[in-house]
Amino acid sequence: MLNYKLVVTILMLALLAGCASNKVPDPEPGDSTYDAAGSGADTDMYGDDPLGGGAALDDDYTAGELTNVIYFDFDSSEVRDDFTDIVARHALILANDATVQVRLEGHADERGSREYNIGLGERRAQSVRRMLMIQGASAAQIATVSFGEERPVAFGSDEDSWGQNRRVEIKYTN
Amino acid sequence: MLRNSFILGFATCLFAGSALGDITVEITKGGVARTPVAVVPFGWEGRAADMPLDIAEVIAADLQRSGRFAPIAEENMLQKPTTGAELDFDDWSFVKAEAVVVGRIVQTGDNAYDVSFQLFDVFRREQLVGYRIPASRGTMRIVAHRAADMIYEKLTGIKGVFATKVAFVTAERNQQGQTFRLVVADQDGANETVVLQSADPLMSPAWSPDSRRLAYVSFENDRSSVWVQTLRTGNRIQVSNKPGINGAPSFSPDGRQLVLTLGGIDGNLDIHVLDLSTRQTRRLTTHRAIDTEGSWSPDGRYVYFTSDRSGGPQVYRVAAAGGTPERVTFEGSYNARPRLSPDGKRLAMVHLDRGNYRIAVMDVKTKGLLVVSAGQQDESPSFAPNSDTLIYATRQARNGVLETVTADGLIRQRVSSGQGDVREPVWSPFPRY
Repeated sequence: MLNYKLVVTILMLALLAGCASNKVPDPEPGDSTYDAAGSGADTDMYGDDPLGGGAALDDDYTAGELTNVIYFDFDSSEVRDDFTDIVARHALILANDATVQVRLEGHADERGSREYNIGLGERRAQSVRRMLMIQGASAAQIATVSFGEERPVAFGSDEDSWGQNRRVEIKYTN
Repeated sequence: MLRNSFILGFATCLFAGSALGDITVEITKGGVARTPVAVVPFGWEGRAADMPLDIAEVIAADLQRSGRFAPIAEENMLQKPTTGAELDFDDWSFVKAEAVVVGRIVQTGDNAYDVSFQLFDVFRREQLVGYRIPASRGTMRIVAHRAADMIYEKLTGIKGVFATKVAFVTAERNQQGQTFRLVVADQDGANETVVLQSADPLMSPAWSPDSRRLAYVSFENDRSSVWVQTLRTGNRIQVSNKPGINGAPSFSPDGRQLVLTLGGIDGNLDIHVLDLSTRQTRRLTTHRAIDTEGSWSPDGRYVYFTSDRSGGPQVYRVAAAGGTPERVTFEGSYNARPRLSPDGKRLAMVHLDRGNYRIAVMDVKTKGLLVVSAGQQDESPSFAPNSDTLIYATRQARNGVLETVTADGLIRQRVSSGQGDVREPVWSPFPRY
């Protein structure tokens, strides 16, 4: 089907673009679903599972790919338990090299007022920022920006899309 | 339900090849009886090649779109007079018109016209208003809207807003991401002009009180900043670019200050006032919670804003000179983006209504709250300068579209652009002639 081909092509192109500009350790070749989640706003997922569903991570979870997207529960800016390891590993990168810088991009789902959602996205970015700083990153290494509901990765109006959009993307900027 | 849908064309676009769709206006809820009126095609005296647009059609469309009038179709008119002297009131009583508009356009030069029109009350058989306005081809449409304003005010007692504009933001998805456009159009959707186009989000447009400038938020270079752009020249000035969030601008009634939201490096959103000439900012709120979406009361004494200091978002107000904020809304768990009507009597907001985000209007005196929209994710209410009607964004399938509704909730209409996701409409003040 033509539409499907188009979607796949766009996904592949976005994937390539995402790999080329990625400063964090590169993902395993072939682990495309996982990377699609990591490249966040660059990839139009059309409702794909943000966590990559069946991406097999055998041994120690922390030895797997380091993702760049932290997802949040509805109406919450608290980093969920299943993401504290990922945040810790980013904190380690920052703590080990003071020249590394990140931008934390906070996002909200589409519900409610837009400028208030900017506030909610910022709250999430700040929550990740505090966690990074507690674990050794310095304030000078971290910038935050909130895009509120303006840059969704999933465009549906349902729980699945909203869950994918409530996120903080960790972007390495140097 | 009335579904009287018609197309209003003449969309112009600064960007070749990306013309925005024509705008369709349809009435989705007509809660009042519509008065039958006749707008007779205007007479024309001049060179055939110089004949301007059909003024009667524009006036009839304006009256129809108000939801309060039902224009009579041309084929049902028994006569087509162009002056009051030719009017046969019996003919108009027979087709049940309660009011008749007649007029003529006379060419007085190469690009100069005189537009005259008269409005008659059919029952009392008398003229209600008569007017002559000079025009050019470029101003013909606005002259038609001004005529409609006068007719509307005479018949309803409410000031017409047909000559006003609406600014809004559109987002269109493409392979690179999204293209955002800040657009200004006549309130009927005609004369769409792209003010600014960006691959990064554009947000929160706000009119200056003289309608000449727009303030807005841009995310160019992956950070937020507040800009003020002069519409005539396109000249844009960055007025706030502090660390962290710069957002939610709104002009003071005298146009000299902006209320805006600053977040700072620690992300504590608070309401600040920016003096546009000195560029000094003054902090109005200091709470740890999110304080945002400030807007001035029309008398300039208060700034209304959204704060979640009580847990969820509610509307508060603080004296513009500074002071202790007081809570304004108590009904429901989510009230945000307050906007006062220009007459100061009503407060519009986004209100969570049994799981749906809808537009509610609060009577400032009685505190009574009325939900006036019916969508699931309605947002960004903005009052027309006559305080009678609001415009807001709602959803149709996956895209945002615009709707207007009278503040009493009785007449609701859709104003949908053909392309992209349309959001954040803001109604201009009255034009100054």
